This record gives sequence, C-alpha cells and structure tokens, in this order.
Amino acid sequence: MDPIVSFQGVTKRYGYLSVLKELDLDVAPNEKVAIIGPSGSGKSTLLRVLMTLEQIQEGIIYVDGQPLTHMERNGALVPADERYQRSVRGKIGMVFQNFNLFPHMTALQNCMEAPMNVLGLSRQDAQARASELLEMVGLADKMQSRPNRLSGGQQQRVAIARALAMRPKVMLFDEVTSALDPELVGEVLNVIRKLGDEHNLTMLMVTHQMGFAREFADRVCFFYEGRIAEQGPPNEFFTDPKNERTRAFLSAVLEAH
Amino acid sequence: MTIRLAFLIALMGFTGGLMVASFAGFREFIPGLLMGAWVTVQITVLAAILAVVAAMAAGLAKLSRIRVLRWIANIYVEIFRGTSALVQLFWLYFVLPHFGISLSAMTVAVVGLGLNVGAYGAEVVRGSIQAVAKGQYEAATALNMSRSLTMRRIIIPQAVAAMLPPWGNLFIELLKATALVSLITITDLTFRAYQLNQVTLRTVEIFTLVLVVYLALSLVITIGMRALERRVGADFGTGRVL
Ligand SMILES: Nc1ncnc2c1ncn2[C@@H]1O[C@H](COP(=O)(O)OP(=O)(O)O)[C@@H](O)[C@H]1O
Ligand SMILES: [Mg+2]
Repeated sequence: MDPIVSFQGVTKRYGYLSVLKELDLDVAPNEKVAIIGPSGSGKSTLLRVLMTLEQIQEGIIYVDGQPLTHMERNGALVPADERYQRSVRGKIGMVFQNFNLFPHMTALQNCMEAPMNVLGLSRQDAQARASELLEMVGLADKMQSRPNRLSGGQQQRVAIARALAMRPKVMLFDEVTSALDPELVGEVLNVIRKLGDEHNLTMLMVTHQMGFAREFADRVCFFYEGRIAEQGPPNEFFTDPKNERTRAFLSAVLEAH
Repeated sequence: MTIRLAFLIALMGFTGGLMVASFAGFREFIPGLLMGAWVTVQITVLAAILAVVAAMAAGLAKLSRIRVLRWIANIYVEIFRGTSALVQLFWLYFVLPHFGISLSAMTVAVVGLGLNVGAYGAEVVRGSIQAVAKGQYEAATALNMSRSLTMRRIIIPQAVAAMLPPWGNLFIELLKATALVSLITITDLTFRAYQLNQVTLRTVEIFTLVLVVYLALSLVITIGMRALERRVGADFGTGRVL
C-alpha cells in the first residue's frame, strides 16, 4: 500500500545545526508509529516539519500522495506557498505537550472554532461534531468550561477532541503526557488507545512511555542525532535491540523507572 | 474593593467640592465650570475613540509582513511620540491653514490628541499581541486556520484582555492633556476656570473646584476600565468577583 506520509531525504537545519539529517521515513495508512530517543535528537522537529510549523531545507515530504513542502509549477517542484500548504495540511492534526487550548473559549468552542471557520460547517453541525467528540473523550459534563477550570488531563483530552474535529487522516502527538501529573497520564493514554481502536487514523507519537509504546505501536523508531538509528516492531525492538545506542538509551530509561 | 474605594473617594471629593463652593457662596461658578467640563468630556471621548482606532491600525501595521506598512506606522509613532502635544496642536491649528487646510478648533483638538495618544497606544497594542504565547499560533496552524483568521479569532481577543490596564492609564493621560486645548481657543474646563478667575479673582476657590472636577472625571475612567477588565477577565475565566 502507498504510504500516507513519506519523508524523502529531509534535512532541517537551524543555522549550522542539522536537526534532521537526510531523513527517510514511510508511514503506512492506519499505522501507529512510536518515536523515542534522547532529548534533542529531533523527535519534535520531525512532527513540527510535518505539521508545517517549521520549514525544511532539503528533501521533500509527501502526504497522501501529494507533496506537502513543495508544489508543482510548470512540471517542476518548487517550495510550496502558504495557500498550497493549507490545502494539504488539513489532513494532519497535532496535539502538543502544553495543550495550547484557546483560553478565551469553552471546551466546546475550542472544538467548534476551526470546523466552522475553516471547514465551513454550520454552527449546528460543528456543535454536534464537537459534543460527540467531547463525549468520546469523557468530557460530556465539561463542555461549557474554560480551559483554566480544567485539570491538565482534561485539557489534553479537549485538545485531542479539538484536533479530531477537523477529521485528519494523520494525528501527531508530541509528548502529550509529559506535562501531566502522574495520576492523570492514564486517562489521556486511554483516550489514545480508544482512538487507535475506533478510528481509521495514522498516528505518529513521540513518547517517553515505553510500556505504552510497546503495547500500542506497530513500529518503534529510535532517533539519535537527527537520524533514525534503529526501528522495528515493538517486540523485536524492546527485547532484542541491535544498535548499541538503542541499548544504552533503553537501559537508561528503564533504570529511571 | 479598590473600585468601591475609588468610587467613595470620588463621591466625597465631589460633594466636598460642592459644599466648599456653596458655603463660600460662589455656586454661581458651577454652571460655567460644568459647561467647560462637558467640552472636556466630549474631546476626551472622541479623541479616545480615534486613539484606539489609530493604535490598533498602527500596532498591527508594525507587526505586518509588508515593509511599507511597518515604515508608515513607525514614522507615525515616532513623530507623535517624539514631539510635544502642544506643538502638535499649534501646528495643526496655526500651520495647516497655510497649506490651505483649515480645521475647526474642536477637530484639531480631537485629531491632535487622538493621534498623539494613539501613538503611545500603538506600542501597547504591539506589545500585547507579541505577548500572546507562541503555542497559540501553532495550535491555530495545526487546525489549518489562515493567518488572518488566527489574528482575528485567537490572537487579538487575548491581546485585548492584556491591553486594558495600560489603556486605562492612557485615557487618564488623555483627559489631563485636554487642558492644552484651552490654548487653541476652546473653552474647556481649564479655559472656563481661567476666564472666571480673570473676572472674579477668586483664584483659590475656582482652581480647587477645577481640580476636583478633573479628579472626578479620571476616577470615572478608572472605574469604567476596571469594570471592563472584570468583564473581559470573566470571559477568560480569570475575573475575580468583588
Ligand atoms: N527554534 C529553534 N532554534 C534553534 N534550535 C532549535 C530550535 N528548535 C529546536 N532546536 C534544536 O534542535 C534540536 C532538536 O530539537 P527537538 O526536535 O525539539 O528535540 P527532541 O524533541 O527530540 O527533544 C535540539 O538540539 C534543539 O536545541
Ligand atoms: Mg521534543
């Protein structure tokens, strides 16, 4: 099957620092990919360039068969302008470590804003869609609450519902439980599990929850200094890592727990 | 709490002033001064509206991607911040006619003071827009919102909440600056006082009364802005109940 996301020779630099180095990565439709690796290895950057929050310097990214970072003009590929990028990035949704909910809107309004003003849904349709999703993430009774009246776990579940309301094909999760108190991690992971079961979603997830990665992901990618140092199905990856760096990282993480 | 206190002080000041005035038997000044105060209020309100509009436009232009817009905004702000408000009024009133543009004194007062305060307001607008968290832009991009939609629905509402307190200060500065219009022939509160004083020579009473009226007006601004802050704060879920 054709990949839904394809990184081809992607390089991302900040000044002289190469954060992604000629990266190749294909993700199949509906695949769940866990991305792990030490801090500063480029995991967030991978998601951010896919969300078009950052520009890449070399290579090309395809989403659902369409170039994302480039567009065709006179038979050649040139860097995409903002208008073209908007037409492609609607297929991607993202959830952030710090939630980034809109503080001046209720949970419901957070989930209705873009469906109404970007997709052009009527108020009624947007509200129906938003409340269904908020129910799905277990927040039926918090729809009229503003973010600062919600716990971290509740805020992150609103953020997930908000992203889903745009009906993306690919969802990106960047350490979405890292800012949460330990007792709130479970409720967010449960929502993600549920998504994996019930929706036809491709997921790329940066996480430090090794247990969750092992149980949930179809594939684990280990990042090291802007490259994928090792990848494979979780069972293989966690029980028999081939790369020395992977082994060092895994034992360091396990020791910390 | 502070609002009730401010209100109380205003009331006490005002009635106190009235009492002093009537005791001394110069109630006769009050109608004249109130007429002047009404002119002061009109100029303050109209100039404040112009200031907000000019500040919004210039503040947004300063953040624009279009270089010409940034230049225009910078030139405007530097000119009006870098020269004295009185000279600006004189220039508009006495110099512009030499170029064939004659404006009424009232128009000059509103335009001059409005643009002057708007120049300071532009920095307030720019600062509060820049203070909105970067993550808000990123969330909007992730929801595929356009740049203008992001500004209109996400960034500006949050910036407005942050800019209310500094605007309160600017409005009070504006009220005080309206005293300058007496120098371009407008009979505002200050000018009325000056006139009455020339005729009656009751300097202490008249200027004490004028002081009290200015204080009362500025307290009205303070109270109004606090109420607005409370409402907007409530919209963000941060407002405190008194
Ligand atoms: N805006 C930026 N400017 C400069 N350097 C950056 C910027 N964002 C990230 N970096 C650098 O890029 C590298 C990778 O960052 P990131 O992708 O956030 O790592 P990770 O998510 O794996 O911890 C780090 O060395 C970081 O310091
Ligand atoms: Mg990161």
